[in-house]
Amino acid sequence: MKKRIATVSLAGCFGCHMSLLDIDERILDLLKVAEFDRTPLKDLKKFTKRCDIGLIEGGCCNEENVHTLQEFRNNCDVLVAVGACAIMGGLPVMRNAIMNSEDPLRECLEEAYMNSPSVYNATNDIPNDPALPLILDKVYNCSEVVKIDYQVPGCPPSGDTLWETLTALIKGVPADLPYGLIKYD
Amino acid sequence: MARTKVIEIEPLTRVEGHGKVSIHLDDNNNVKDARLHIVEFRGFERFIKGRPFWEVPVIVQRLCGICPVSHQLAAAKAMDIIVGAKKLTPTAEKMRRLMNYGQIFQSHVLHFFHLCSPDLLFGFDADPKVRNIFGIIKKMPDLAVQGVMMRKYGQEIIKATSGKKIHGTGAVPGGINKNLSIKERDGFLKDIAKMKEWSLGALALARNYTLEHMEMIQDFAAFNSNHLSLVREDGALDLYHGNLRAIDAEGNAIFNQVDYRNYNDYIMEEVRSWSYNKFPFIKSRGQNDGWYRVGPLSRMNTVDFIDVPESRKAHEEFKALTNGKPNNMSLAYHWARMIEVVYCIEKIEQLLHDPDLQGDDLLVKGDRAEEGIGLVEAPRGTLFHHYRVNEQDQVTYCNLIVSSTNNNEAMNRAVTKVAHDHISGNPTITEGMLNHVEVAVRAYDPCLSCATHALGQMPLTGELYDAEGTLLERKSRTI
Ligand code: SF4
Repeated sequence: MKKRIATVSLAGCFGCHMSLLDIDERILDLLKVAEFDRTPLKDLKKFTKRCDIGLIEGGCCNEENVHTLQEFRNNCDVLVAVGACAIMGGLPVMRNAIMNSEDPLRECLEEAYMNSPSVYNATNDIPNDPALPLILDKVYNCSEVVKIDYQVPGCPPSGDTLWETLTALIKGVPADLPYGLIKYD
Repeated sequence: MARTKVIEIEPLTRVEGHGKVSIHLDDNNNVKDARLHIVEFRGFERFIKGRPFWEVPVIVQRLCGICPVSHQLAAAKAMDIIVGAKKLTPTAEKMRRLMNYGQIFQSHVLHFFHLCSPDLLFGFDADPKVRNIFGIIKKMPDLAVQGVMMRKYGQEIIKATSGKKIHGTGAVPGGINKNLSIKERDGFLKDIAKMKEWSLGALALARNYTLEHMEMIQDFAAFNSNHLSLVREDGALDLYHGNLRAIDAEGNAIFNQVDYRNYNDYIMEEVRSWSYNKFPFIKSRGQNDGWYRVGPLSRMNTVDFIDVPESRKAHEEFKALTNGKPNNMSLAYHWARMIEVVYCIEKIEQLLHDPDLQGDDLLVKGDRAEEGIGLVEAPRGTLFHHYRVNEQDQVTYCNLIVSSTNNNEAMNRAVTKVAHDHISGNPTITEGMLNHVEVAVRAYDPCLSCATHALGQMPLTGELYDAEGTLLERKSRTI
């Protein structure tokens, strides 16, 4: 039986997905032992079956990210946080750390929509509409939201690192990652 | 009030980043409105404040893992001004150009082969289970392998110039931190002939597709617009440096050879109270008529010529199709993109034979400045970076206008037109019809990751259904 893999990008930059494509021609070997369910590379908008492995890129910065992450937890046997954003929040988490600020989110919004000289804002409103997914007060990493089974560090983890991790998970053996493949940048 | 049904296409798939489309219908399934939403917000402009300026080229690319090099280079160009590097060393400038060609080559290839080719080769209505790169691998393995290996080549160029395939550190304020070794160079030269051959093959595929489907393409998401890009001083295509040129739908100049450091005199971004999306426009034309397109199609429209042989020929043929006037068809983006793939590989070949790449003079410095503006042509179009830095080296101000924001109005028009033409009035709405809408969005190769640094989505009213017509619950929020 082929293993089923699902992938998603939450509050990430898609770099981790691009790194997965950096396994290059090994994708052909991967497809012999695994198939993809829901992933941004396919047009399935929902899970079609329960999956063996779920790869998560990015942390949570809005309510939709939280729902999607919970959906992945509910539909995947093994959940892997891939990359700095999923594990620690990554670049987006910098907004949590704005110094001396009572309301970092509000400051970010004001900077983008009110303070910039190239902005033309007739009403001087910050966009806020029922349709917008609620932006969370701060950015959360995946472990703060659901149980995560494995973490693969890197920003992004290299194609080789992801290849070794995936093949080990598919075989059900511990990943043997040499020192050179474990990087945090 | 009449009831509105809203169909959401969510998440958008086979595009880079996070987005969705909503289509508002009346009881007879007539489309009242259709919109593209980008569903995340980062706040980069604020939280970068206080960071040391030399960190910026490394940090800012984390907005986008698909075109990290473009952000790295735009930021580095701005920081060149901050450190007073008026002119880079030949080695530094050429390494950066090589990096940029590698970036655009790999991104265009990824878009064409991995994301869009299933629509073009299998049809917009094909079974969604096979309408993807894995389906191409199965049915047309040779073609799929070409795409995979071409992308790999571009990624290896990035690694050799920037240190890593994704989020490297190569471009630094005032220059570059490595040159190209003889070994690296020879590795690339070994495969260059094959890459050129495959690039020409991809160009032929896109060109033939366009010509064979001209009747459909002339109409599908086609509309007049202004176009904007960098051009070289002599009017040639240049993806790394130049001046701004904007033309209208007829090809008349709106402005020409404008120093991009004055972009604030020419471009504004409109905030609409009902959207996180900003809508850039050309000031002199006003916010209703001043919106424009950027990216491969626009570049083919704005530039006078290309200075390397194969892509020059291809550009001339492309221009001849519309009698030298701008081409305003959304689906012609694919052909334009593949002309640029050939352009990049020709430029890469030229550079690989240039001994300057093995030079040791990597960095220059001069008088410190307080403000820096950097522009490059990213794969998806013109990318603006603007910073101010204080005496303690801290960033005090940042403004970014990314390529896909520049295309915001155009993508929304494309979505609206296709929804009207292909969905309106149909008693049943099929998955294939909805994919038509996504095909229109994909033509622009939007990078919604980039755009999320300061974008959001637009309002929805009424009951909410998913694509299968199931009523979804939705909590609402007061302002
Ligand atoms: S970990 Fe790095 S590469 Fe991955 S999504 Fe986050 S910023 Fe992008």
